[in-house]
Amino acid sequence: MPPSVTLAVTRYRPEQESEPTLQTYEVPFRKDWVVLDALNYIKDNLDGSLSFRWSCRMGVCGSCGMMVNGSPKLTCAAFLSDYLPGPIRVEPLNYFPIIRDLVVDMTDFMHKLKKVKPWIIRAQEKPLADGEYLQTPDQLEMYKQFSMCINCMLCYSACPVYGLEQSFIGPAAIALAQRYNLDSRDEAARERLEILSEHDGMWQCTFVGECSKVCPKNVDPAGAIQQLKLVGAVDWFRFLLPWGTR
Amino acid sequence: MRPITPFLWTLFGAGGTIAALLFPVHLVLSGLAFPLGALEAPSYDVLYGLVRHPVTRLYLLVVITLPLFHWAHRFRYTLYDVLQLKHLYRLIAVLCYSAALLGSAVAAYTVWRIP
Repeated sequence: MPPSVTLAVTRYRPEQESEPTLQTYEVPFRKDWVVLDALNYIKDNLDGSLSFRWSCRMGVCGSCGMMVNGSPKLTCAAFLSDYLPGPIRVEPLNYFPIIRDLVVDMTDFMHKLKKVKPWIIRAQEKPLADGEYLQTPDQLEMYKQFSMCINCMLCYSACPVYGLEQSFIGPAAIALAQRYNLDSRDEAARERLEILSEHDGMWQCTFVGECSKVCPKNVDPAGAIQQLKLVGAVDWFRFLLPWGTR
Repeated sequence: MRPITPFLWTLFGAGGTIAALLFPVHLVLSGLAFPLGALEAPSYDVLYGLVRHPVTRLYLLVVITLPLFHWAHRFRYTLYDVLQLKHLYRLIAVLCYSAALLGSAVAAYTVWRIP
């Protein structure tokens, strides 16, 4: 076990630098440390000016996503011991504008997330007195895996289509749309299908599948997109039928 | 006008399914099993009789044309993304699907013309 490990960390201070650069730090190696621990060590002991997002340290909040040796990872789940002997490259998430050091601008993602209306929509809410909307375990199972998304945006950083076409609505937003489409309490699947069928929607996806590979919560956004494409295709053929909806 | 993308994607999906499920069968049969003598190769007359049947003609047409559209779709996006030619959007789409249509027409003509 080495006494220390080197981290090469992106620094970008827009008031000082015009381009992001890599700065190396020597951090003590501990086998139970993750990359986030090393970053916090740097911030506490070596350079208090290093900026990065984090919160829960346990893969729930989705704040600490960064590129570790070129792959999108939650740094709270990326053990230093898996990257020996180093140096370990820690960079901000791919394809997002950098605000400062390891902090990216997530405005674009937040906008896209909102666009697919990821909440339960009902044509008619029943009165409170009628009680809750009941759901069977089977109905829950339909959408459960898609509901595990923590909006960490690793899938966007892994998606080459998003890299080339920033207007693409992207894996997590589509998976979350499908999460609500598959929810038995929801009634807005058609509304979301219209949104996802727009030019920058699901048809942009070329099924590379990296989104599902990097997801730390084992959500399958690529699968969600293919399911939705099938729904969209069936819907397309429906208009050819005399009894079709349009 | 309704965007045609879902329709093209359906052809792509159907062609991919055929290429994945049926091509291997044909490759193993006529590329390996028959020439290597693992299975007895059907005689010319038997095959000719088979191919002349309307159902076989239809089968051949489907097995040839749908994978052409699969190719067209995939090649189109390869040109967009790998070669970064997205600015030639329309031209590439027209060329790819025209090639698939042309190939389909040739296949249809050939299958139709089997005496």
